[in-house]
Amino acid sequence: MSDEFDKKIEAKADTIVDAGSVPSGSAPGIDYVPAHEKPDQELYHSHSWWTTYVFSQDAKYIGIQYAITAIGTGLIGLVLSWMMRLQLAFPGLGILEPSAYYQFITMHGMIMVIYLLTALFLGGFGNLLIPLMCGARDMAFPYLNMVSYWAFLLAVLILLSSFFVPGGPTGAGWTLYPPQAITSGTPGSSAGIVLMLISLCVFVAGFTMGGLNYIITMLQSRARGMTLMRLPLTCWGIFTATVLALLAFPALLVGCIMMTLDNLLGTSFFMPAMISMGEKLSYDGGSPLLFQHLFWFFGHPEVYIIALPAFGIISDLISVHARKNIFGYRMMVWAIVGIGALSFFVWAHHMYVSGMTPWFGYFFATTTLIIAVPTAIKVYNWVLTLWRGNIHLTLPMLFALAFIVTFVNGGLTGIFLGNVTVDVPLSDTYFVVAHFHMVMGIAPILVVFGAIYHWFPLITGRMLHEGIGRIHFWVTFLGSYAIYFPMHYQGFVGVPRRYFEIYDSPYITTSTLHLNVFITIAALIVGAAQLLFLFNLIYSARAGEKAEKNPWKANSLEWLTPEMPPGHGNFGKELPVVYRWAYDFNVPGADKDYIPQTVPPSEVRYAKVEKT
Amino acid sequence: MDQAALKKLPRGWKSIPSDLNSDQTAFKGVNWGKAMMWIFLLSDTFIFSCFLLSYMTGRGSTVLPWPNPSQVFALNFMGVPVPLLLIAIMTFVLITSSGTMAMAVKYGYEKNRKLCGTFLLLTALGGLTFVGMQAFEWSKLIFHEGVRPWSNPYGAPQFGSFFFMITGFHGTHVSIGVIFLFIFTRKVFRGDFDSGRKGYFTSMKSDYVAIEILGLYWHFVDLVWVFIFAFFYLW
Ligand code: HEM
Ligand SMILES: [Cu+2]
Repeated sequence: MSDEFDKKIEAKADTIVDAGSVPSGSAPGIDYVPAHEKPDQELYHSHSWWTTYVFSQDAKYIGIQYAITAIGTGLIGLVLSWMMRLQLAFPGLGILEPSAYYQFITMHGMIMVIYLLTALFLGGFGNLLIPLMCGARDMAFPYLNMVSYWAFLLAVLILLSSFFVPGGPTGAGWTLYPPQAITSGTPGSSAGIVLMLISLCVFVAGFTMGGLNYIITMLQSRARGMTLMRLPLTCWGIFTATVLALLAFPALLVGCIMMTLDNLLGTSFFMPAMISMGEKLSYDGGSPLLFQHLFWFFGHPEVYIIALPAFGIISDLISVHARKNIFGYRMMVWAIVGIGALSFFVWAHHMYVSGMTPWFGYFFATTTLIIAVPTAIKVYNWVLTLWRGNIHLTLPMLFALAFIVTFVNGGLTGIFLGNVTVDVPLSDTYFVVAHFHMVMGIAPILVVFGAIYHWFPLITGRMLHEGIGRIHFWVTFLGSYAIYFPMHYQGFVGVPRRYFEIYDSPYITTSTLHLNVFITIAALIVGAAQLLFLFNLIYSARAGEKAEKNPWKANSLEWLTPEMPPGHGNFGKELPVVYRWAYDFNVPGADKDYIPQTVPPSEVRYAKVEKT
Repeated sequence: MDQAALKKLPRGWKSIPSDLNSDQTAFKGVNWGKAMMWIFLLSDTFIFSCFLLSYMTGRGSTVLPWPNPSQVFALNFMGVPVPLLLIAIMTFVLITSSGTMAMAVKYGYEKNRKLCGTFLLLTALGGLTFVGMQAFEWSKLIFHEGVRPWSNPYGAPQFGSFFFMITGFHGTHVSIGVIFLFIFTRKVFRGDFDSGRKGYFTSMKSDYVAIEILGLYWHFVDLVWVFIFAFFYLW
């Protein structure tokens, strides 16, 4: 095979000098698209109910399984946050023991970051959208994809089982810092932490299987005419996030394995010599700082694993619902890729107060501020896309606008925390809590909602109820500001993070105590609004208004399937052929305000489209 | 990229920009599974790098002295302790198995079922020998020299911790590879790759390219061993 292959390469290398033009001889024709490079993908056809709906190998079903599992787990995280908020507002009621508070905070943080948002964006939206948007019949490796979901489910079950073991779940904080994570005195320092670590390892293994699928599908299984630079930004966001995950999760995995060994075998990777309850422990000579480096080498890219898919999805929502092409598409792609690359060089901005050498702090503050540049570019481009656009204030658009505002807010406080001198007094205060909830909690969640309102018709063939949706939007948007705005102030006056009770003391302002009550009430209301949203999902899936085909008049391939919701194999007999990018909205000279990606140039001869 | 600049690129490189600008596939003519294996190996490289970097920091920051490898890993041969003897044989066997693997891939593509299967079997046996010798080395360290994951008589306890963890992780990789090598040997001899018989789990057609993919994994495991060898036995 190899000789033959070399010859092919050689032949190709000689012909591609004038890339892009059509082989001479034949008349080019404006609708020319290269022929199929490979035979159609062979699909697995299920025959029973079990293999269709449960052990499904169809990416669309797997995506929905991922999404339901992630959202279900996220609800647990939400309930945990209510309990914490109640405890903070009304410490006199004794709602939570101190140890329970720590356990809840840990589980809440880990569930929200990994088991909700990562799984939902990559596993849920990735599976659902990548094959459809690329014009593929399915993921490249459907079987592996299925195993990926079941590994994720297993990871979730292991995580939740830690609520039922002696000692309960770990209370080490979602950062799981040793030595305290595995030292007696920390809740769940024996069984709880081990289950957490194992669950994370299983998650990483499962994710790797899925992630390889997303990458190969996007790189190797696109439709005819679908170049990388014609893909919707959603694909780019999820793709880059997946690359980050495949390179960042290894650090987490290694950290987890080492801590498991420290705990079970008594090795001292992370454990220094310590005295606990008057006794010298058997640990000796390990480095707690090493774990922090491993954790944050994973942890910071993790932030972008959540943010980049959100960036991509929001770009598409804005473009479709403002009927305008996305401003600076190529710049957006490079910004996503650039942010992804830079995100591996900023991790120690989480460790300014850890005792590492201050020179590191200087370096990491610089890289952190550099990453703000491509991020700001993205924000400007969203705003410029909206500028003079035909903005429809549909629900996805409302959420998109809310996302931009919230993300800018969180980004600005990020600049505070990125600078060593400002971070030192602010670190471990509620300012940090406010910052990361804005930027990686609320902002991506708003995108999730926007995306669900946008793609729900694609999944179920029905629209979500508009009225309930508007209530949901306003309560969630304003409510989350009511929750997190005051926290910035609390942080400035020095209220520490991860305290289960803010005592009435001379060091704490009275306003803090009142604000805590206010925040808690807001949190309960926002939480209730989510129940309304869940009701909307269930109700509309059964009895919602029937959606017409392509209800938002979008251009990308997922809406152009022969049936909606798309069937097995996505595109019927013939795979689509793509002639343009997904952003031909309001093109001068075209007779409709959008030109789907499958419309050949000869049908829109007089439209002045962007060359893509 | 403009035409003039494109022309100046060395051959082979020329195709990179045009491939990336093209539709359908970014890596032209590359099998999906093969591309996937490369990306998986990149991820796996990060895992081993994290392990080895942790080892370096761990070794650098312990307070107790680090044991001397040529003493700890010596093997008595006719009454004389020979440093690194066992490990030299292990390394030799593993590297050789990379050679037989390459032969198996070659004969696979030539559809020479017998030789392909034979070389796969040889590779599997090489891997098995390696794992066996590693088990021997572990038991020698544990039972005769008293090295434990949490302590050892020579100095820093992290020595045993890192050694068992990293060689164990690598040994697991080798063992998984051996299992697949045996499975593939069977499939080759049964003729699955000629008949395109469907996989038991995946229900996808078998193809000789699978042997090359397994080969990529196997060479990777060998390459990692070279680093582990250098960092543990020569440093
Ligand atoms: C209405 C929604 C939410 C509420 C009311 C809420 C509330 C809280 C509270 C009370 C804490 C503990 C603060 C402390 O004592 O220091 C916390 C921590 C945290 N939350 Fe949320 N949260 C919400 C949503 C989210 C989301 C969507 C994320 C996703 C990123 C998230 C991620 C975290 C993380 C990472 C921590 C830190 C845990 C730790 O310190 O170990 N939260 N949240
Ligand atoms: Cu960070």
